[in-house]
Amino acid sequence: MTVAINSYRTGPDEGGNFGLFGGRFVAETLMPLILDLERAYAEAKEDPAFAAELNGLNATYAGRPSPLYFAERLTEELGGAKIYFKRDELNHTGSHKINNCLGQILLARRMGKSRIIAETGAGQHGVATATVCARFGLKAVIYMGATDVERQAPNVFRMKLLGAEVIPVTAGAGTLKDAMNEALRDWVATVDETYYLIGTAAGPHPYPMLVRDFQSVIGRECREQILEAEGRLPDVAVACVGGGSNAIGLFHPFLDDTDVDLIGVEAGGHGVDVDNGHAASLSGGKPGVLHGNRTFLLQDDDGQILEGHSISAGLDYPGIGPEHSWLKDIGRVRYVPVTDTEALEGFKLLARTEGILPALEPAHALAHVAKLAPTMDRDQIIVMNLCGRGDKDVHTVASALEAQEATRS
Amino acid sequence: MTTRIEDRFAALRAEGRPALMTYVMGGDPDYDTCLEIMHALVEGGADLIELGIPFSDPMADGPTVQAAGRRALLGGQTLRKTLALVEAFRTRNADTPIILMGYFNPIYIYGVDAFLAEALRVGVDGLIIVDLPPETDEELCLPALKAGLNFVRLATPTTDDNRLPAVLGNTSGFVYYVAIKGITGTRSADPVAVGEAVGRIKASTDLPVAVGFGIRTADDAAAIGAVADGVVVGSALVGTIEASLDGDGQATDITVDKVQALTADLAAGVRRARRAA
Repeated sequence: MTVAINSYRTGPDEGGNFGLFGGRFVAETLMPLILDLERAYAEAKEDPAFAAELNGLNATYAGRPSPLYFAERLTEELGGAKIYFKRDELNHTGSHKINNCLGQILLARRMGKSRIIAETGAGQHGVATATVCARFGLKAVIYMGATDVERQAPNVFRMKLLGAEVIPVTAGAGTLKDAMNEALRDWVATVDETYYLIGTAAGPHPYPMLVRDFQSVIGRECREQILEAEGRLPDVAVACVGGGSNAIGLFHPFLDDTDVDLIGVEAGGHGVDVDNGHAASLSGGKPGVLHGNRTFLLQDDDGQILEGHSISAGLDYPGIGPEHSWLKDIGRVRYVPVTDTEALEGFKLLARTEGILPALEPAHALAHVAKLAPTMDRDQIIVMNLCGRGDKDVHTVASALEAQEATRS
Repeated sequence: MTTRIEDRFAALRAEGRPALMTYVMGGDPDYDTCLEIMHALVEGGADLIELGIPFSDPMADGPTVQAAGRRALLGGQTLRKTLALVEAFRTRNADTPIILMGYFNPIYIYGVDAFLAEALRVGVDGLIIVDLPPETDEELCLPALKAGLNFVRLATPTTDDNRLPAVLGNTSGFVYYVAIKGITGTRSADPVAVGEAVGRIKASTDLPVAVGFGIRTADDAAAIGAVADGVVVGSALVGTIEASLDGDGQATDITVDKVQALTADLAAGVRRARRAA
């Protein structure tokens, strides 16, 4: 169901709400700090010097704009809609995460903070945070679930080389949710000097808004680039969603272009009908309150948060940014699950047809594109955000493929 | 009509000493032992009981309370069972105020109205919900006050004069001052700084001010109790429970006694803090 409103791009309200979702559900110790952050961001937005510095860094440090690439062989192979990739995997550090980190590190400096903490799942946000901290000479402390430390070892090494301290979190299943809990615990004890650089479009207001704003550069560029290339907007825009930062960055500039079908691809893990076997909070969860905001969560009947599962460490999170929950609720964006196995097929398909190793996160988006494109006409257009490169995942993919082989033989 | 919490603080004011508030996790280490522990807290000299609602993601808690929550959840504790625990406690104790402390999500999922009705029915007196600051009062605070429960707010070292009125606004029963910047059970509270902060809060409210986080021993309780209307001890008691368990995390013969002994020690501490009434 789609409700009629003038614009989908006006949220959040003053309390940080997107309809029922969002808000500021944090301990009192943190409240003054997030109110400070909200003020600092409002001032920065009014300051032309802030935008100029960020644009300069995006252009000369991150390598923006990222190209929009026509995937000719993949399009031929699938035999339907024309497929374009927004190549955010070509950014410095190898993913879209740098967009947000550059914006927030400039805010942290404005606020006079000397120490940066962050949570990371796949390690892409941790690497991007460590990178900007090195660039600006600030101390970085990265919380990462112990399970993820193991499955994303190359990124752990990268963060350490960049001078960050990486703290493995053993609580719970040792994944992104647990890393975020531990980062919040650190923050509450170090509020005076510490800035919490949240990597996804979740958490208490104003984080979902400011992460979205910094990531929206993806959609703004993409909109201009597709108009340049095709003279019209795409029929469909697709992105993977864990917390949802790359997806909201792609979608937001298209929200009022209601002819553009927007599709978020969730981690279906072993399948959304498998109990606690997936990380598809929109397809398989219900609204609840965690990590400072109300949003769709994977949880049991007692309101205990489930761990979820995905082959992709970056999507392995039981919640999702509150704006996505709202966009699902009002029907502006459709969210679909893709399983681990389908994502692996997507990974192989892109490597074979285009010579690109995608991260396992956008491999989920690709798997959905592979289902969708053949059902569309040849003059229709899909754009997909290729939000990260796959170097970090080659070991995970290799062992998953070996396991598949072993089951077959 | 006054509540059990208000009556208890009034009585202690008359007695001229601060309250001892003890925190344990509901269902830790198991439902039956927890019920015995609640009675042992009262036997040992606790004036009010804070009962934790276990939650999978306790963002404001240190390792000790986190572990207690995990033990309780692994043992099958739910919010429904925590309410049942209060109901069972009330069959033998009608006077000791009970404050449920935890995070919002289990209550949200239970349903706010259903939860409040059940909490009142079983004899809960107040709520402390860590992740509901004043900005979220419509969620639970206002409905709870309307239903007749006390809603106790946390004030912290980062609550400055600008923010204090908002924090005190809809608070009832007492104000809970968090003595440290940080999570439970990790740092020691400084009596001088706490005394100043309590003075600042009391200049703006007639409510009693209790102090928690970072109070572990009878001496701590005496020192903080000298400058506050109540002291809260949590992690030290929860740690005592943990230390008494067997290798499988099950209660032993000494579990309840150890908790009662520490409580008696702390109770002696708050009585040393006796001031002129």
